[in-house]
Amino acid sequence: MSAVVSLRDVHKRFGQVEVLRGVTLDIAAGEVVAVIGRSGSGKSTALRCINRLEVIQSGTIEVCGHAVHDPALDLRVLRQDVGMVFQSYNLFPHLTVAENITLAPRRVKRTPRAEARSLAEEALARVGLSDKIDAYPEQLSGGQQQRVAIARSLAMHPKVMLFDEVTSALDPHLTGEVLKVMEGLARGGMTMIVVTHEMGFARRVADRVIFMHTGLVWETGPGQMLAAPQTPELKDFLAADL
Amino acid sequence: MHYRFDFAALEEYWPDFLSGALTTLQMTAVATVLGLVIGILCAIGRRSPRAWLSGLCGAYVEAVRNTPYLIQIFFIFFGLSSIGVRLPVLAAAILTLVINVGAYTGEIVRAGMDTIPAGQVEAAESLGLSRAQIYWDIILRPALERVYPALTSQFVLMMLASSITSQISAEELTAVANNITSITFRSFETYIVVAFLYLALAVLLKLAFWGLAQALFPRRRRLGTPL
Amino acid sequence: MGSFTLNHVLYLLQGAAWTVVLTALAFLLGGVAGFGVMVLRTSRSRIVRRASLLWVQAIQGTPLLILLFVVYFGLGVVGIELPPLLAAAVSLMVYSSAFLGEIWRGCVEAVPRTQTEAAECLALSRWQVLFDVVLPQAARIAVPPTVGFFVQVLKNTSLASVVGFVELTRASQVINNSLFQPFLVFGLAGCLYFALCYPLSRWSRRLERKLNVGRRQPA
Repeated sequence: MSAVVSLRDVHKRFGQVEVLRGVTLDIAAGEVVAVIGRSGSGKSTALRCINRLEVIQSGTIEVCGHAVHDPALDLRVLRQDVGMVFQSYNLFPHLTVAENITLAPRRVKRTPRAEARSLAEEALARVGLSDKIDAYPEQLSGGQQQRVAIARSLAMHPKVMLFDEVTSALDPHLTGEVLKVMEGLARGGMTMIVVTHEMGFARRVADRVIFMHTGLVWETGPGQMLAAPQTPELKDFLAADL
Repeated sequence: MHYRFDFAALEEYWPDFLSGALTTLQMTAVATVLGLVIGILCAIGRRSPRAWLSGLCGAYVEAVRNTPYLIQIFFIFFGLSSIGVRLPVLAAAILTLVINVGAYTGEIVRAGMDTIPAGQVEAAESLGLSRAQIYWDIILRPALERVYPALTSQFVLMMLASSITSQISAEELTAVANNITSITFRSFETYIVVAFLYLALAVLLKLAFWGLAQALFPRRRRLGTPL
Repeated sequence: MGSFTLNHVLYLLQGAAWTVVLTALAFLLGGVAGFGVMVLRTSRSRIVRRASLLWVQAIQGTPLLILLFVVYFGLGVVGIELPPLLAAAVSLMVYSSAFLGEIWRGCVEAVPRTQTEAAECLALSRWQVLFDVVLPQAARIAVPPTVGFFVQVLKNTSLASVVGFVELTRASQVINNSLFQPFLVFGLAGCLYFALCYPLSRWSRRLERKLNVGRRQPA
């Protein structure tokens, strides 16, 4: 099977509220998928289920050959293959940029210190922040922090990267620098699932756009579908966005 | 009132004062290390999802924090000897200090852990860190850095409270002072000297903790801002 | 060795009553002195602020037991004989003045500076500003830590036993000396202390939580 990520009839409830009501989805290696939708449509939840920050009630999720729905799965193995970038960056404030990036390689993969350091240098070069390697997070702008968070994920050499509204907390003028880094990754062949409000990014960079609505995949298609929505719900959503 | 202060009468006892102060410092050092360990374990226990464990740790903290240290000393020291466990007084004194300060430390450390946002843990999970690694690198270390000032004052208070162990004749500074007054009858002078010695110890302790922080927390050393 | 009887329980309860009396007395005296320290610590004169800070740090760096010995034995040698109850109350007052003074200073300083400025612009005197504008606002946030410190004072009255004042701890010592059942006797005394302290501790924590919730909401 060529799909790197594959969801089959995934259901997820928080208490009485059913957030995902049977999501089915396949993502191929090297594909860049933008997931759009209103808040509460389940798009972030779906993303969090993929690396099991949330546990699903029924259905199956396979990621890089790991059965995510299986309670016996070793999460640490799964998460070495899946990188995740958060809306609120979640850099570790007590560690330098270098330490943020090398923490997981050193602890999880037992990479020697010097090697981890060059790993950090390499990852930082990819996000254009080589000069910030010894800074602390609070010394960086929001955009820079988010790029470090991307570098931190990259340093684990993930096969899939998940982006959870990574520009939503940023000022408009800082959004661009983060999107540029992501565009570079996409062109480099990284498999990416990007939950986003940035319609421009979805249209320009994504191989495929997925519109989620009320816990379901409502409409899906290439970037151009945003120019010609098929369902009234997507039409409404796009109208509200403008 | 025609009292003549005579500090000279105490001059020959300065080696005793010094050895008492040294004992106080030693007790403080040992109790600080052990108390911190107990406190961290207790804080982790209180955050456990297992009700019996968090309940047990909570009961320990509340029992210690809501009873006088002196009663705790009597309960432990005389209680143990009544069932045939005769500890050397110094060991017993340190034991009571550790039990006492462990509860206060546990509460402080727990408060620090509670300030770590859930997103930090999620980020660490997403990077593949194990539960133990997350506890150590992402929760405990920054939590300790954050509550360090509160911990410092708690351990200084403990050093001062160790004077109460003189009541079971642990040969620390206060007990030494009591002995000296019973020989010289210069209690006013003696206790004033001892008060200043405790003050000096408190300053020394704060300096030591400050130095330790500089070594332990590079972020704070470089940026000088609280975490 | 006798056995534990109802009389022992009554003796302990009587001791507990004296513990409460001493706590109230010490807290009252300490509150007045602490208020004075707070006023000095927030004075406009730098010398006064420094001098009062020195007082606070000296007291906070001295064990309460040593303060008690200075007051009880020390003053005795000088010719001022205080009964144990009063000696304990005075040393607890000195001790509380430093801690309460600092707690309350923090609360006063937590009131936004603009409040003071606004009041001064209305031509209120320094005392009017303090009593009519600052203190009513500071009092709200001062209650939880003050209750918390009250518990500290209550526990610390046990040191009065050392100079022979028969409060709860001394009472339990007396009983244990005749029965030698330390786990039972001191355990019981501990339970009585706990019964006095725990409700106050909980109340203090609940007040603090309520305050934090209130402060988090936008005005």
